[in-house]
Amino acid sequence: MGNLIRIRDLTVRFYTYEGVVHAIDDLDLDIRQGETLGIVGETGSGKTMTALAILRLIPYPGRIESGSIVFFDRDLHSEIELLKLSEDKMRSIRGNKISMVFQEPGAALNPVYTIGDQISEVFLLHQRRELGKRANKQVDRLLRDGDGLAASIKRPFWHWQKRLYNKIAQESNPFEPRFLSHVPLFRRLLWRLKNESKLLTVDMLKDVEIPDAARVAVHYPHELSGGMKQRAVIAMALACSPELLIADEPTTSLDVTIQAQMLELFRRIKVEKGASVLFITHNLGVASEVCDRVAVMYAGSLCEVASVEELFLHPSHPYTKALLDSVPMPGKELQTIPGALADPLNPPSGCRFHPRCPSATPVCQQEKAKLKEISKDHMVACHLF
Amino acid sequence: MSDWKFMARQLVKNPLSLAGIIIISIFVIIAIFAPLIAPPPEGHLDHYMIPRDGYSATPKLPSEEHIFGTTEGQYDIFYGVIWGTRSAFRVGLVVIGIVLVTGILLGSLAGYFGGIIDEVIMRITDIFLAFPALILAMAIVAALGPSLRSVMIALTVVSWPSYARLIRGDILQVREEDYIEASRGIGASNFRVIMRHALPNAIYPTLVMASLDIGAVVLTAAALSFLGLGAPEGYADWGQLTSFARNWIVGPSSDPLRYWFAVTIPGLFILFFVLGWNLLGDAFRDILDPRLARR
Ligand SMILES: Nc1ncnc2c1ncn2[C@@H]1O[C@H](COP(=O)(O)OP(=O)(O)O)[C@@H](O)[C@H]1O
Ligand code: SF4
Ligand SMILES: [Mg+2]
Repeated sequence: MGNLIRIRDLTVRFYTYEGVVHAIDDLDLDIRQGETLGIVGETGSGKTMTALAILRLIPYPGRIESGSIVFFDRDLHSEIELLKLSEDKMRSIRGNKISMVFQEPGAALNPVYTIGDQISEVFLLHQRRELGKRANKQVDRLLRDGDGLAASIKRPFWHWQKRLYNKIAQESNPFEPRFLSHVPLFRRLLWRLKNESKLLTVDMLKDVEIPDAARVAVHYPHELSGGMKQRAVIAMALACSPELLIADEPTTSLDVTIQAQMLELFRRIKVEKGASVLFITHNLGVASEVCDRVAVMYAGSLCEVASVEELFLHPSHPYTKALLDSVPMPGKELQTIPGALADPLNPPSGCRFHPRCPSATPVCQQEKAKLKEISKDHMVACHLF
Repeated sequence: MSDWKFMARQLVKNPLSLAGIIIISIFVIIAIFAPLIAPPPEGHLDHYMIPRDGYSATPKLPSEEHIFGTTEGQYDIFYGVIWGTRSAFRVGLVVIGIVLVTGILLGSLAGYFGGIIDEVIMRITDIFLAFPALILAMAIVAALGPSLRSVMIALTVVSWPSYARLIRGDILQVREEDYIEASRGIGASNFRVIMRHALPNAIYPTLVMASLDIGAVVLTAAALSFLGLGAPEGYADWGQLTSFARNWIVGPSSDPLRYWFAVTIPGLFILFFVLGWNLLGDAFRDILDPRLARR
């Protein structure tokens, strides 16, 4: 299968008062169609920034310095350079073709709106045509079945509604409904759009295995448990059947039992929806459970990219080895990686890992190693190879 | 909605906020029914001008004809305070309304976008805040010529910067929340993120301040009128009525409290108006705060 996302030479820097933070350096990464790619690394290694760069949401004072991120759009069958896209076009991709689940399930939900309101917003932003079609069917049914006095009074309005919904269903941004949606009173003619989005929302919540979805939809975030909130956030991200779902440490703040349910949910999503998933985690165990391939990151650079089995059976990069050794396991002495995480303000020259690397050679201090394919589907950036 | 019921219950539960509601409601009723409570005399053209009964300087004691007496220049105090309620609401609501809109607009732009936009807007507010508010207001009224409109303009000019700052600070805080990033992540435009996601979470402190400030604005307007920098002579305005009474606070030495009504009655109206908004502001603080509510 081809690539869904192709990142080349991505460099992200933060211009802070203390100096320039090198958050991501010359990153090359592919996400294939239908796969779950894990990004593993310590806190501060640039995992979140990689994800935000794909959505072009790097926060101020950060900037995407250079590079290219190509997205293959399945519907249009064409490649899109995301970094060159206009902000308007980019907005139509966010939440629609590429969506993201943020780390804290509670914090990603706006406290002043109900769960249902927040998920319907996604439909209203990206699926107006679909909503228009569905509303149209509703009006058709009314026109066909409605009889009696009330119906004959309402009939002209239904005809008008039908016309509006027809326009919405056919054009991408029709003038008449758009205008009317700003006029108080007339806005009500379009209420069926909202209604349809609410129905879709409930379906979506059922899809992520929320029991009693219709009731949960009218709850505020603080009325739900952490696991529920996370499911709601996932429902929001899946609402428009994205081609890429980015999940940034989606299970870190959850209980272990709920974590397991979430991982199961992600596995199911991938199978049912055929979406690619970019799964960010600092937990190697979690990565081994859900991912097809894993990319290991250190201080803004990729160290090693390989299929899960390959990575766990034949870890090649010294950092990956150290990372695997530092996973606590019964009956094994815990190894820690000596030294501290590289300072992103003054990153070490050459290979970012050389001050902590047991196999460092003189060339490591001078030159950064490029990613090399050492066997099929196994890439390592290290001078030892 | 149960939210509204909840808020209403909170409002009525606290005796102080209930007092605030009652006081402001009475003023609202007075303002609405002013033409019935204090009907303008026949042929009186401008209803906001207080009818006068002669030109003598000495106030007249309350009587059947002038139930609150007359003040210096024989202006009817009852008519003045009743119609002055309308002026007070007009000054308070118009000034705070304009200040809210400007403050929210500029403050949220500064807070949300940061960088150079923030820098420019905040330096402008710094300039305004560098002057003592009352002095700046006086200077503006003096430059524009004394009138109620000048007072409103002056108060708007001196008040908006604190609103812009307050909103900016709260937006700055809310901007860092994950749900703001998440709303951008679902493809919402900046405008939508500000209006739908950031402001509803940042606006409560500002609304509380606004309701507290309606009283404060009316007080400052009264102070300007008292200094002769407000409504034209004879205009129904509490500040002006206290200004008329300036020479009659202490009566003749034989009867120092003889003219008590001239300053006390308009003074009490100002006092209760400000008090009412303060109590209401505190009540809003209790019910609007989303962290306190819905728990
Ligand atoms: N707002 C910011 N200002 C300055 N530096 C930042 C900011 N946000 C992130 N960074 C830098 O970007 C690097 C990568 O951060 P991040 O991608 O969040 O790490 P991870 O998600 O792997 O824990 C960090 O080293 C951090 O110093
Ligand atoms: S390049 Fe050198 S320093 Fe870096 S990981 Fe390989 S051996 Fe260690
Ligand atoms: Mg992170």
